[in-house]
Amino acid sequence: MILEVEAQKAVESYVERMRGDLKEDLKRKQIYAPRIETINGDQLSLEVLGEKGRFDEFIENNYPILEEIGAQDQGKYFKVILGMNKKQAEYLKRYAIDQALETIRNRIDQFGVAEPDISPQGTDRILIQLPGVKDPQRAIRLIGRTALLEFKLLDEEHSLQEALKGNVPEGDEILYQRREDPKTGGVSRVPFLLKKKTLMTGEVLKDAQVRFDDFNQPYVALEFDPRGAKMFDRITAANEKKRLAIILDDNVYSAPIIQERISGGRAQITGAFTLNEARDLAIVLRAGALPAPVKILENRSVGPSLGKDLIDKGLKSIIIGGILVVLFMMVYYKISGAIADLALMLNLIIIMGALAGLRATLTLPGIAGIILTIGMAVDANVLIFERVREELRLGKTPRAAVDGGYSKAFLTIMDANVTTLIAAVVLFQFGTGPVKGFAVTLSIGIVASLFTALFVSRVIFEVLLTKGMLRRVSI
Amino acid sequence: MEFIRPGTKINFLGFRRFAFFLSGLVIAASIISIVLHGGLNYGIDFAGGTLVQVKFKEVTRVESIKNQLATIGLDRSLIQRFGERGENEYLIRVERSVSDLETLSLEIAEALQRGYGKDGVEIRRTEMVGAKVGKDLRKKGILAIIYAMVGILIYITWRFEFIFALGAIVALAHDVMITVGAFSITDKEFTLPIVAAILTIIGYSLNDTIVVYDRIRENRRKMRKEPFGKVVNASINETLGRTLLTSLTTLIVVVILFIFGGGVIHDFAFALMVGVLVGTYSSIFVASPIILLWQERK
Repeated sequence: MILEVEAQKAVESYVERMRGDLKEDLKRKQIYAPRIETINGDQLSLEVLGEKGRFDEFIENNYPILEEIGAQDQGKYFKVILGMNKKQAEYLKRYAIDQALETIRNRIDQFGVAEPDISPQGTDRILIQLPGVKDPQRAIRLIGRTALLEFKLLDEEHSLQEALKGNVPEGDEILYQRREDPKTGGVSRVPFLLKKKTLMTGEVLKDAQVRFDDFNQPYVALEFDPRGAKMFDRITAANEKKRLAIILDDNVYSAPIIQERISGGRAQITGAFTLNEARDLAIVLRAGALPAPVKILENRSVGPSLGKDLIDKGLKSIIIGGILVVLFMMVYYKISGAIADLALMLNLIIIMGALAGLRATLTLPGIAGIILTIGMAVDANVLIFERVREELRLGKTPRAAVDGGYSKAFLTIMDANVTTLIAAVVLFQFGTGPVKGFAVTLSIGIVASLFTALFVSRVIFEVLLTKGMLRRVSI
Repeated sequence: MEFIRPGTKINFLGFRRFAFFLSGLVIAASIISIVLHGGLNYGIDFAGGTLVQVKFKEVTRVESIKNQLATIGLDRSLIQRFGERGENEYLIRVERSVSDLETLSLEIAEALQRGYGKDGVEIRRTEMVGAKVGKDLRKKGILAIIYAMVGILIYITWRFEFIFALGAIVALAHDVMITVGAFSITDKEFTLPIVAAILTIIGYSLNDTIVVYDRIRENRRKMRKEPFGKVVNASINETLGRTLLTSLTTLIVVVILFIFGGGVIHDFAFALMVGVLVGTYSSIFVASPIILLWQERK
């Protein structure tokens, strides 16, 4: 599965948060800026009354990460467009991706997958491989969730009906509670009119656990860290008898009335959960929110029975193909062929060993790579043997013929294999998952066949010739 | 045992006009086929979309699957039998790439279960590739092939001469075009593993070409007084035994893969089969004659 971290969104939400702070700070400094708007997602447009010099100085001192992009003097006021400084934005994006990687790793660890492989790809992508997951869809939901937990107050002074007609009061927003009927599967949406300002986020969570209420309904119990507990205490004290909405990824989970000040640093999320839903919710809350939403770009999953089927077929092909080639070499080159076969076997063992060493899983393209290596590995030996035959025809002694064959074929074999290796390396660079596996096996195969053909089979010949076991070359 | 007796004196270069004509013809056919088909038949790797592989318990037909899918508005999806007839496996390909794969594959599973019973169907594989990624991969695939060719060009120029490298590259382009053409003519899906196969063919065909080149380089020193055409011809003849033998052993395994490898690997093996045959042909009839043409012009 390949995810793309929408890192730009992290910058945008940062700018959005900054807009609120800026507004308050400007007010405090008595710089009047009645309109501050977000434009193009990550820029702020301000209309400022008064002296521009004073405003510039303020920004420079207090918001060094903002840069002026454009300014216009409108007579009574001036208009300024501020943007985040490029370096800072890049840093934020990189941070968002690192953070996303870490969070996803946390979630998967807690979900319990045997050998997950989570690695960054390119600048803003994350490759995730989860072998042996029984319910892949649940895992995907768990990983892909932003899990931004927010606490916001309900706006009870204005009418929800009016707002639904389109007259949303300033500083308010409408969010929905999604309710699914477990029996009919029908989905209903209940609207809430909320104050836009976020009072608290999931950042201050210490722990989240699944618990059961008196009716045996699962709920998620939250525990805040000391800072969060203090914040929660302050919020509940200031807003007694008001309704506080608990929102996760813009979905209202519940909006209980604050009965009294809560100072223990505990809260709970209730809702009509199934046990698994409550569990997954607790996991994402514990692991923390993603700093930016992620998008699934690519997703492949293979059922366990199919995976096994394919591997079996692949292995069968290797065995049949291998045996045919081995027989063929023995018929065509007799004892020399048998020596080449030995080298081939060693080659296969090296590939398997290297793959095991790299902890690579044997995939189908990987098997294809092995099969291809079998075909090509004998090539080196064929080149050598044809040369040896030529030397013998010239009337050379066995020893001289073997020496000549190897030394003359050496450069040819090198050139031929290096060029194939170039193709394999490019393949590795460009490929994703399965193609990469193919490139890896092919590369290992090429290097292994260089070693077995040029060195191992040569040593066998040497030994046989020196001990006088081979009076004439059987080739 | 020997297939090719030493001392064969086949005048390969004598066939070169005919060979060029034949290659030109096949390449033209490939291009025409691609144009007529409106481009290659890209798989979801390159086109984006969602693929679901389903195994049925009982024998069924494409039409009845289609009817079942029509109940959830997926009647425009592409349905293909996959693997052997008796395996009852089908590929369902939906053009749109939904990020919510779960919903789609659940919908498909449910729709099929309504028609075939709960245990009658098994979802064996789902793949989803976003349209943006598909485009990315397409670009990357073409770049990979170009990069590989440039890398090889540089290496051969360094080891031999530039004209040798040029001959090898022309032969490679020839092989790639014909293999891609074969996919278009047989209307097979062009997927990521096929790009891998093509890169393997590049490596393989090159292997062949280099062995011949190597011999030309060696013989040119030995036969300094002979005309270049004779040197090339002798070199091809001397390496003929090895060329055919290696092609044969490689073909053995590729054909086995083609027969026993099953659905996914089938097309991959097909590409390799075409590539090995064309690659062997091109190193004899394309790569070497090009050097000769160059030498004659000088």
